[in-house]
Amino acid sequence: MDILNKISEYLQDGNIEMVSELTKQAIKEKIPPKEILDNGLIDGMNVIGEKFKIHEIFIPDVLLAAKSMYAGMNELKPLLIKAGIPAIGKIVIGTIQGDLHDIGKNLVAIMLKGAGFEVIDLGNNVPPEKFIETAKRENADVIGMSALLTTTMTAMKKVIDLLKEQGLSNKIKVIIGGAPTSEEFARQIGADAYCYDAASAVESVKVLIANKFKR
Amino acid sequence: MRPVIRFLEDKLIERIITEARYILCKLGVEIHNKYILSILADNGAMVNLDKYHVWFTEDIIDMALQTTPESFKLFDVLGNKTHNFSKQNVYFTPGSAALNILDSKTKKIRRPTTNDYINYTKVISQLENIASQSTAFIPADVHEKVSDSYRLYLSLLFCEKPVITGTFTIESFNVMKDFQLAIRGTKDALKEKPLTIFSCCPTSPLKWSDVTSQNTVDCALYSIPIEFISMPLSGFMAPVTLVGTLVQHTAETLSGIVISQLSNPGTPVLYGGSPAIFDIRYETTPMGAVETQMIDCAYNEIGKYLGIPTQAYISLSDSKQLDAQAGLESSMGATLAVLSGINNISGPGMLDFESCQSLEKLILDNEICGMALRLIKGIKPKEDFPAIPRFQELLAEKHLLISKHTRRYLKEEQYVPGPVIDRANRDRWQEDGGLSLYNRAFGEVERLINEYKPSRLNSGIKKELRKLMENEAKRYGMEKLPSYNKVK
Repeated sequence: MDILNKISEYLQDGNIEMVSELTKQAIKEKIPPKEILDNGLIDGMNVIGEKFKIHEIFIPDVLLAAKSMYAGMNELKPLLIKAGIPAIGKIVIGTIQGDLHDIGKNLVAIMLKGAGFEVIDLGNNVPPEKFIETAKRENADVIGMSALLTTTMTAMKKVIDLLKEQGLSNKIKVIIGGAPTSEEFARQIGADAYCYDAASAVESVKVLIANKFKR
Repeated sequence: MRPVIRFLEDKLIERIITEARYILCKLGVEIHNKYILSILADNGAMVNLDKYHVWFTEDIIDMALQTTPESFKLFDVLGNKTHNFSKQNVYFTPGSAALNILDSKTKKIRRPTTNDYINYTKVISQLENIASQSTAFIPADVHEKVSDSYRLYLSLLFCEKPVITGTFTIESFNVMKDFQLAIRGTKDALKEKPLTIFSCCPTSPLKWSDVTSQNTVDCALYSIPIEFISMPLSGFMAPVTLVGTLVQHTAETLSGIVISQLSNPGTPVLYGGSPAIFDIRYETTPMGAVETQMIDCAYNEIGKYLGIPTQAYISLSDSKQLDAQAGLESSMGATLAVLSGINNISGPGMLDFESCQSLEKLILDNEICGMALRLIKGIKPKEDFPAIPRFQELLAEKHLLISKHTRRYLKEEQYVPGPVIDRANRDRWQEDGGLSLYNRAFGEVERLINEYKPSRLNSGIKKELRKLMENEAKRYGMEKLPSYNKVK
């Protein structure tokens, strides 16, 4: 079997050691790093994503596969940077000001990391300005906000308004989620996507970043 | 610990058994079969041949109870062990012998055909919480004299699971036994690895017809396991009190045990039944009534007290469609049944007082069975003590989603139901089509029918089964068996 197929399969099994080992071997065999990434690691994560969607596997399986992905990425990262290949995306995430409920947000952060994104987690009770400052400083692609209370969800609009004021709406996309939010609320406040669970958040971020690079 | 439920104290069980035995000896039983009456007479029972009446003796009853096995096993068509009817082991099986089916598309109750039956075998093959198949309904496109053997033929051809079945006539037993001999090879091999259980039913009050008593003898002679299905109706053909009904059920079931054990000592049997209360408003026999289910659980305790594995028609519904009543009655029955430790739990798929099967309900019931089976695994510590290390891990990692402990025990601790049980958040549910329970079940039926893989039974044996069935049909003037949609 082709070594990249093997990397993909071991990644799907969550076999961290073997993914790391085979990635090293692939590098030694002079396979281009982008090819190892696309046809080995990301290929495996795509299969995992599909299986998760149809409930064939569950969150722990996804996260374990993700851990294997990190192991492979650790080997690849220096080569990718050298070759000028950017990370697949950076997300600043947090629970909005006034809200201390962060279980859902934590799960989204874990799943995004699992999908290979770089995640900067600001925790809970995050003021709108802090979202903007961090996203600008870190050159993030997406801001993710969550709320559990109807009283706090309105603060999400402030973040979006600030982005507009500073002319950053095209550069930094916004996703929102949490029990009281909805597709309609997202439209009202001008968010780019509403995510009803952690898996759909990963999908939304993938689409938003892909569209950004298309432009 | 495994959770258990009990309705009867030992003292009450003993009194019920004593009274039932007394009835068998003092009032006797009607058995419309002279061969059986003569065996009973040979063993010391007083018999009135003209009136088909027999008065048992305490000795005969004791003798029968002594030779009744405490447990027995079942094996699928390939010879793999699937059941061990012993102690508190529980298994589900679809409700059997319905006259009708709930049409998947029109949701109307109608008579079923061969194609419906084959679809049923495809679905039941893949339902993991229902351990056996039953001859669940009666295809109406064959001569009625072969309608019993034909459904067993289709079951054995298309599904590997062992079969809960029964005959409607004395004659049919022959071919139904021959099917099994064709699969196992010899009578001894069939005895070694039983493939079916035959339901044999006394008629309340305290009567056996020629057909059902002869079926009992025939099964016994081939060591084919029997489940006795006594059906007292509280307040109508039995005392209105649950205890009075239990006395009658005990007497009727003991009479069946005597017939089987005198015919062939050691014949495996299930202490079963399908009693019900009688609904005085509608003149019906509600299987979903809580009192019906209490009688089932209680006679199971009596069977267990006598050291005999048990059966009951308990996880089913009287509703005419797959609605909330169907769910509540079936799940209440399944829950009580597993908590009572009824060994063979009949009912899944069944609606309308045991007269209508529904493939969509089977899908829902499979989940009810899965949850009930999880329930009796109880709550046990699994590397939970000392607790500190786990919480240190939780605090350090912020979550335990991929902890080794989670990975090791997730599937043991949590039963994950199929898509018929809706646990999505509202948006996900809406994105998936906002489907009703019925529509989700309908989708699953379609999926299982499409994903069915044919039975791995040897093709030579399949041909032999077909030949046996064709010959049987010819005896009643059917030159050809019904054609059916090609099975991939």
